[in-house]
Amino acid sequence: MRDIVLQVNHLAAAYRKNTVLHDVNFTVRAGSLTGIVGPNGAGKSTLIKTLLQLHPALSGEIRFYQTTYQKAKDKIGYVPQRGSVDWDFPTTALDVVTMGLYRKIGWLKWPRAKHKAKAYEALEKMGMADYANRQISQLSGGQQQRVFLARALVQDADMYFMDEPLVGVDAATERAIMAILKELKKAGKTVLVVHHDLQTVSEYFDHVMLLNRTVINYGKTEVVFTKENIAKTYGGNMRWMGEEEQNVVHSVK
Amino acid sequence: MSYAGWIIFTASLVGFSCGLIGVFLILRKTAMMADAISHTVLLGIVVAFLITGELSGVYMVIGGIVAGIVTTYLVQLLRSLDVQHDASMGIVFTTLFAIGVILIATKAGNAHLDVQHALMGEITFIPFHTTTLPFIGDVPVAVVLLAVISVVVLLLIVVFYKEWKLTSFDPALAASLGIPVTLMHYLFMSLVSVTTVASFDAVGAIMVVAMLITPAAAAYLWTDRLAVMLVLSSSFGIFSAVIGYYIAQWLDTSISGSMAFATGIVFIISFLFAPTHGIVQKYLFVKRETTTS
Amino acid sequence: MWSILLSSNTQWVLLSTMILGIAAGMVGCIAYFKRQNLMSDALSHAALPGVVIAFILFAEKQLYVLIIGAAVSALCGALFIQAVSTSTRISEDASMGMVLAVFYGLGIMLLTIANRMVSGNQSGLVSFIYGQAAAMVRSDMYTMILLALAVVFILFLLLKEWKVYLFDGGFAKGIGLSVRGMDLLYIGILVTTIVIGIQAVGVILMAALMITPAVSARYWTKTFAMMLLLSALFGGISGAVGTLITALWSGLPTGPFIVVVASSLFIFSLLFGKEKGIVLRFIEQSRQRKTIEAREVG
Repeated sequence: MRDIVLQVNHLAAAYRKNTVLHDVNFTVRAGSLTGIVGPNGAGKSTLIKTLLQLHPALSGEIRFYQTTYQKAKDKIGYVPQRGSVDWDFPTTALDVVTMGLYRKIGWLKWPRAKHKAKAYEALEKMGMADYANRQISQLSGGQQQRVFLARALVQDADMYFMDEPLVGVDAATERAIMAILKELKKAGKTVLVVHHDLQTVSEYFDHVMLLNRTVINYGKTEVVFTKENIAKTYGGNMRWMGEEEQNVVHSVK
Repeated sequence: MSYAGWIIFTASLVGFSCGLIGVFLILRKTAMMADAISHTVLLGIVVAFLITGELSGVYMVIGGIVAGIVTTYLVQLLRSLDVQHDASMGIVFTTLFAIGVILIATKAGNAHLDVQHALMGEITFIPFHTTTLPFIGDVPVAVVLLAVISVVVLLLIVVFYKEWKLTSFDPALAASLGIPVTLMHYLFMSLVSVTTVASFDAVGAIMVVAMLITPAAAAYLWTDRLAVMLVLSSSFGIFSAVIGYYIAQWLDTSISGSMAFATGIVFIISFLFAPTHGIVQKYLFVKRETTTS
Repeated sequence: MWSILLSSNTQWVLLSTMILGIAAGMVGCIAYFKRQNLMSDALSHAALPGVVIAFILFAEKQLYVLIIGAAVSALCGALFIQAVSTSTRISEDASMGMVLAVFYGLGIMLLTIANRMVSGNQSGLVSFIYGQAAAMVRSDMYTMILLALAVVFILFLLLKEWKVYLFDGGFAKGIGLSVRGMDLLYIGILVTTIVIGIQAVGVILMAALMITPAVSARYWTKTFAMMLLLSALFGGISGAVGTLITALWSGLPTGPFIVVVASSLFIFSLLFGKEKGIVLRFIEQSRQRKTIEAREVG
């Protein structure tokens, strides 16, 4: 079983007083592109944060590449929610992308020309080369998300976790991001994406994880992403219909 | 150097180091930690005095650093227990400050320690309290202390420049890249407290707060580059120190009060006239847009 | 010792700090839900230049004159904080820090000048700024009690309006409640409480009387009205007990003791509070862990 890149057993995590995640079990294979979906408050972000040790786990076991997170850290990239940082921070797009290289650059050293060149290349790939020296607050939501993606690309990880990269972006950005994700998959990388739009799941992801405080179902999209399973995740047909309508409104915006 | 020269130089060192640190305080959205730490440092100094029986520079600095770290720890602790961030600061600093005041009133009443002095400093006495250094000659003790600390601050900011930038901008990514975010936070807060303690005796707590927050906030209105912001902020700090001194001379009033006030003048000018972020510019811009369309 | 307690002056001081504590505790709840806990700290410092200017202009230490000066100056501070944090990218806490330090610096400048200009006794002014409840005269206490009662009255009278205003501004507008009016009222009672409190606990520690009781109350209840009551209770106890301690050991500053009492109540609430207290939370968590383990085994 050498292609198992992430194994989670009996994971539980609490947020404040409430247990958000309990008895979470799943295994992820190399080269899969997974969409994590579930209703609000299902613990999608908490799951990612717990896996990456940004949030404490109550119990359970997490194995990355048959070892611990600490040892596999170099192979793992993370794209936080766009809203998690202050876009008024005095820095440029190129600078933000260069941040993805900080571990490679190492302590006490300053980024050099070759690092900047690599960052620029990643921006170019996301169609953002013209904005390299732009202050980040002057970028649109979609452009900011592209900068984040470019930053993930320069990390050159084997496995990526992305928290809602498609929220609040324009159609062109959504296409660009999906193209990159497919490309990463083709290169044999593993990608897990928190996703909110049920309508695009089948089109975008080959694997899907239905999450509502625990893993309701996880597997190949065509097998797992059925009406029954979705209803189970979202708590009844009615709720799901409501959710779908919400998403329609959302994508029109 | 002349009497006035030493005073201006002392205050400029305060302005310089506070200006640098203030930039990160503003960007990390913890400006009021400056206020909190500048008050709790009093307790650290009092406790250091009660233990050692003397009010010397080294013990004061150690006491101050410990107080700063304890404050940071307690604020983080309350935060992790779901107390609102600003409320945690408010509770922690007022409690520690109150304990400090009580200790002064009951145990250290005869020492050269009083609350008013702590808040306003006694910069006018700085030049009289000197020590002899090789090659340089007689130098006020406060200047030596502040100069050392300014160098340390500058060095730490330059050496860890990219780490400060990343942990301030995106702590989650920083953590996932293996940068010890919490450790960096404590290191930073220790820097704030060291600077505060060193500046304390000279200019008092309130001017430290002014110097930490106001020049950095003013610089934030002028530039979109972090490096430029650091240079501008420290320059504003020094500039306010000099201007403040002359205002105090002119009106014959408190030097540290005037310096705090001078940072306010620098800010008001920036608030009004800074390009793109100043309100005059914003107003003109809106005007132009409405007339052209 | 008990004769001090029985003296009518001590009783009056006790009464006024208690009522101050009650008012501050209640106003603190509003500030808590507006997430402006440190506003009281900024504004109490911002009051200083106004106090000194009033003192210079009228050359006397009449409490109501100083209070008007303090209020005007604190309002300027509030206005400045509002202007900077809404029209620039500088955050509210940085604006508060600036107002706090710059206004205070200006106050110190003026105070030094006042000391020179107004010959004679200005020690009254210093005790006004750093807080010395024992130094208050009877007429000061009447003013204080009257204003504090007015604040409490306004809070009670408009209880449901405050609730709507704090939890759902949009809805408040919908039912015809003027949010702007409530904003003004909020700043009004905040400033009033601060300026009357400065004399008793001092500029620096005024914030504690606003913040600490409100946060403590949070650990005992979930309803807004109950929280107001408890916060008032904690504030009142802090004011009274703090004053009592300093009355018994004369010569000690009142403010710090009031703060220490308030903080002790906070630590007690934090540990044993019925809502989210540490002890209960700990029990809850170990129970959670046990059920998880039981589930895994089973």
